[in-house]
Amino acid sequence: MTTQTIQLKVNGNTVVTQIDPRTLLVQLIRDHLKLTGTHVGCDTAQCGCCTVHLNGLAVKSCSILALQANGQEVTTIEGLTQGDELHPVQNAFRECHGLQCGYCTPGMVMTTIQLLKHFPKPTDEQIREGLEGNICRCTGYENIVKSVKAAAGI
Amino acid sequence: MYALTYHQPATLPDALKSVEGDAKFLAGGQSLIQAMKLRMTSSSSLVDISKLSELKGISVTDSAVTVGAMTRHAEVALSVQIQQAIPALAKLAHGIGDPMVRNMGTLGGSLAYADPAACYPSALLALAGTVQTNERTISADNFFVNLYETCLKPGELIQSVSFQRPLQAAYIKFKHPASRLAMVGVFVARYKDGVRVGVTGCKTYAFRATQIEQLLGQKFSPDAIEGIELPWSDMLSDIHAGAQYRSALISILAARAVEQCLSS
Repeated sequence: MTTQTIQLKVNGNTVVTQIDPRTLLVQLIRDHLKLTGTHVGCDTAQCGCCTVHLNGLAVKSCSILALQANGQEVTTIEGLTQGDELHPVQNAFRECHGLQCGYCTPGMVMTTIQLLKHFPKPTDEQIREGLEGNICRCTGYENIVKSVKAAAGI
Repeated sequence: MYALTYHQPATLPDALKSVEGDAKFLAGGQSLIQAMKLRMTSSSSLVDISKLSELKGISVTDSAVTVGAMTRHAEVALSVQIQQAIPALAKLAHGIGDPMVRNMGTLGGSLAYADPAACYPSALLALAGTVQTNERTISADNFFVNLYETCLKPGELIQSVSFQRPLQAAYIKFKHPASRLAMVGVFVARYKDGVRVGVTGCKTYAFRATQIEQLLGQKFSPDAIEGIELPWSDMLSDIHAGAQYRSALISILAARAVEQCLSS
């Protein structure tokens, strides 16, 4: 198997490494870089547990080859905290009990950040529509919606 | 996934030269990468066309909207030009998948992959679309030929797609709750000289519901097609819906699309 070189920024840090071209972005993040906050759920682009930001846009990392991110910037859930300070969206999920098992939560947070960029004061409908790509089996979404509203300050 | 080499050419001539053997073009990858993960398809070489400026851009004339093949669904959905020229097309793009899929998936990729439940194929048919490749111009009616199969030749690359601006149009999709693909999707477009109706999700590829087109051409009203049941022997049956159920949904969704046209 011939490897190819990839160079990209992950959470602000430059990463250069040799990978099998088949490596998915989620595999690079989890297995190579040991950033295990990004999760693999369905592995078929439905559940959203694998959501990260690519150049600031939310994408499903299980559906992208790592090489598609070559030369670009990736932000994972770990990249949101500044030292010990939680990102406001993370804090809102914590305050509003927007999680139970926590498996979907990093994906929910990453998607919420994009949602609030488009709709700074979203309606319930806009929130539920914006989170259509993230599935939760625990919470029934009620506290997730509350968390998004709290993060939006409404 | 089977082993592959990945190329990301900077120019269109480089991209066209890179494609040999079983090589495939990679646009957003939202269908192709998933299919390759499942070994439903394979390719020893992927040519990533996302850097090619020739495949980007949206332009509008009095009669048509032309969209570059690499235009992401999110870009079509948010395009003020398309929202004004063919609002139903922008709404269709907004309804594809979810926000993450829309950030990556592209118009050209959707058409070339020809998923039987994809939304864009119904729009291409209903809006009398033409596909411009590096070799030729293909009309919508000739584009889809079989399950996951178009008339594109190996190595032929979609560069842009043009849609004819209708008087009125609407797209109604009955979504699968997890994948959000169309279990049935109906695109109705009304022109001065008649009505075109593109249907997806029901057969091995998107098709025009000519019987419904004729009835709506005579009277553009939901009651013109009430109770119409298209023959369903060649429609898809799966765990989500039987063929007869899909057939019944077509006229119901077409009627709703007509209602939406009339009320906007």
